[in-house]
Amino acid sequence: MVRSTGNDAQALFHALRSAYAATPTNLKIIDLFVGFAVCTALIQVAYMAIVGSFPFNSFLSGVLSCIGTAVLAVCLRIQVNKENKEFKDLAPERAFADFVLCNLVLHLVIMNFLG
Amino acid sequence: MVVGNAESMKSDLLSSLSIRWIKLKTKQQEVLIRVSILCLVYILAFISRLFSVLRYESMIHEFDPYFNYRTTLFLTQKGFYEFWNWFDSESWYPLGRIIGGTLYPGLMVTAALLYWSLRFLRFAVHIREVCVLTAPFFASNTTLVAYFFGKEIWDSGAGLVAAALIAICPGYISRSVAGSYDNEGVAIFALLLTFYLFVRAVNTGSLAWALASAFGYFYMVSAWGGYVFIINLIPLYVLVLLLTGRYSMRLYVAYNSMYVLGMLLAMQIRFVGFQHVQSGEHMAAMGVFFLMQVFYLLDWVKHLLSDTKLFQAFLRVTVTCAVGVGVIALGVGTASGYISPWTGRFYSLLDPTYAKDHIPIIASVSEHQPTAWSSFMFDFHILLFLFPAGLYFCFKRLSDATIFIVMYGLTSMYFAGVMVRLILVATPAVCLISAIAVSATIKNLTYLLRTKRKVSQTGSTEGINGAKASSKALLDRSQPFQKNSAIALLFGAFYLLSKYATHCNWVTSEAYSSPSIVLAARGAHGDRVIFDDYREAYFWLRQNTPQDAKVMSWWDYGYQITAMGNRTVIVDNNTWNNTHIATVGRAMSSYEDEAYEIMRSLDVDYVLVVFGGVTGYSSDDINKFLWMVRIGGGVFPVIKEPHYLVNGEYRVDKGASPKMLNCLMYKLSYYRFGELMTEYGKPPGYDRARGVEIGNKDVKLEYLEEAFTTSNWIVRIYKVKPPNNRW
Repeated sequence: MVRSTGNDAQALFHALRSAYAATPTNLKIIDLFVGFAVCTALIQVAYMAIVGSFPFNSFLSGVLSCIGTAVLAVCLRIQVNKENKEFKDLAPERAFADFVLCNLVLHLVIMNFLG
Repeated sequence: MVVGNAESMKSDLLSSLSIRWIKLKTKQQEVLIRVSILCLVYILAFISRLFSVLRYESMIHEFDPYFNYRTTLFLTQKGFYEFWNWFDSESWYPLGRIIGGTLYPGLMVTAALLYWSLRFLRFAVHIREVCVLTAPFFASNTTLVAYFFGKEIWDSGAGLVAAALIAICPGYISRSVAGSYDNEGVAIFALLLTFYLFVRAVNTGSLAWALASAFGYFYMVSAWGGYVFIINLIPLYVLVLLLTGRYSMRLYVAYNSMYVLGMLLAMQIRFVGFQHVQSGEHMAAMGVFFLMQVFYLLDWVKHLLSDTKLFQAFLRVTVTCAVGVGVIALGVGTASGYISPWTGRFYSLLDPTYAKDHIPIIASVSEHQPTAWSSFMFDFHILLFLFPAGLYFCFKRLSDATIFIVMYGLTSMYFAGVMVRLILVATPAVCLISAIAVSATIKNLTYLLRTKRKVSQTGSTEGINGAKASSKALLDRSQPFQKNSAIALLFGAFYLLSKYATHCNWVTSEAYSSPSIVLAARGAHGDRVIFDDYREAYFWLRQNTPQDAKVMSWWDYGYQITAMGNRTVIVDNNTWNNTHIATVGRAMSSYEDEAYEIMRSLDVDYVLVVFGGVTGYSSDDINKFLWMVRIGGGVFPVIKEPHYLVNGEYRVDKGASPKMLNCLMYKLSYYRFGELMTEYGKPPGYDRARGVEIGNKDVKLEYLEEAFTTSNWIVRIYKVKPPNNRW
């Protein structure tokens, strides 16, 4: 049972990796960025678990900054992905401008909230 | 109004006139007509709310607006930072109230900004005028939003009809007449704007629109506690789309960016604070947020993997993990008290009987009562019948946007049934859905008429269009009544819409334009009698009592006393401390000597009661008295409701219970009333509000003395005597 699950997981991992290799580089960069943001959020949560959440607004702004960035980056990824037919009409430049605008708002608010 | 109808007729007329004109010209004509209709609707929405100013004067209405007015005044005089850090010692004596942290500042800041910009443009207006006209101004803006929303979910015709319908819909006018300077006035605008921008974001999948909708949400959060409706409706909508298999990348972009940005922006409002991550009411949105991430991940993996068996395994593992983590997080959060449970107000929305059993202070407010059918009819009129028709059209042309408006309509209709005041929230949805019905019907009917005319004019030489028309014409020839019935139906629609317009006009002028602080009645000869007793009393307080006098009254009048009388009150309409209100309720329902002890301990100098026995004004303190008993008894069990009733019946005449006849409220209301002849042919001491002769005509006061009674006896003020210095 354990062995077959392990095999399955391995097969899944391999299949995913080989499929992922075909992704365009710009999307890979975005993925890396998303991964980085999510990791930072997780580290902050772990830190909060150890130290405590006392300046709660600071903790929230830290985590939300990471999550927000990650979510916005995923949105950007969706919009610039050529395979998504829904966003055929949207120019990558426009998508990036939107992304920058949202990030600007996000981080201005976070600066206000950081305390 | 009839604008929708007129619009279709006008465009009909124009198309026949401009048949020789070039195509572009027609388009321009259409734009011109559309813009002018919108302008007219914009003005109409504003001026139909001015009845109250014409009938009475430019003044603030009702209860809560007085608090808003007072805080706006403070904001414009002292500046934003003072306002934000304001600790008010004039209310909730001796506790005080941190105003900056316990109010939604959106309305005040909006009015102050309007005031400052008018000042900047060298218009020397008084802040009161700005406050009085804020609600109509935002109602006008709401019509614009309704137009764009209607355009987004259906077409521009529906948008125009929606704008016209919402401009005069009584359900909305009731809370946005000039002078009703309350949060709802701007909040409905913000609510509709948020929904419109969100639907727009879902339709386009653009981050910019999602950002705009997050800002709309921020404005809504800053303006009104009803934002909880948004933060629950939107996740519900997303969930429905997910379950019906309408998940799309656009939805992902719209919801997630709106949620993260909106939540973060909302946290900047101090009164809301961390509730988005801590309170049970906001957890649905967060749950859906995480669900979306899981869904996206699954979708992505499915896209990458070609092997379905592998994906199935992956799906199983992921779903199990996600559900497990979600349940554990929710369980731990709730058990450890990190996630606060749902508040009573929320429960009372889901279960209409909850408030009556558990929170008398919510149930005691008349606008929190379940809605009667008649008030639905009163506030919506023909929209009530058009609403199901519009739903039918929405279901016929199902899209992401129509699903949204259907869900908004259905949920808000439910809430409107639970509480009278929430009719307001349902109004935009009802107007939009009805507009779809009106627009679609009229469009179909005029299309029938016009194709016929075209056939007769151009014959069937126009390719596909002509072929279609000729087939229609063939159909028509087989049914000769069709054209006539179309005309008849058009006239019917015209008749209904004009009826709606007259009804709205009548309701606005008769029912919703009274400020309730100045009362009007018809005299014996049909002339209008004005009772301005409230303001008389408050100005008396302002001019004849010491600056630091504390006034005890039932909480309804707290805001008005602080705003107009400028005196400290014990309790006011904020109702944040139930025990304090119960203490006042207990004092009012005790015998005079017990009440005196309580009043001494609260440092009360004056007691104010509202009494309608002379004028027949029925919403006075004697009629509210049972709520004082209930709220007081909820905290202090010595107060028992049956002591004030006789066989379960509430009466003030000779048959009333002895406790009732001697409690403080009774004594203060009926002091010296036994000598007064109120109505010809009735004995002295005849209470016109309740239609009985009072039971205790010989009221003697020992610890209080009458200080002031207004000309029509509506407000009576008593002074609490200092303690005796000898026995």
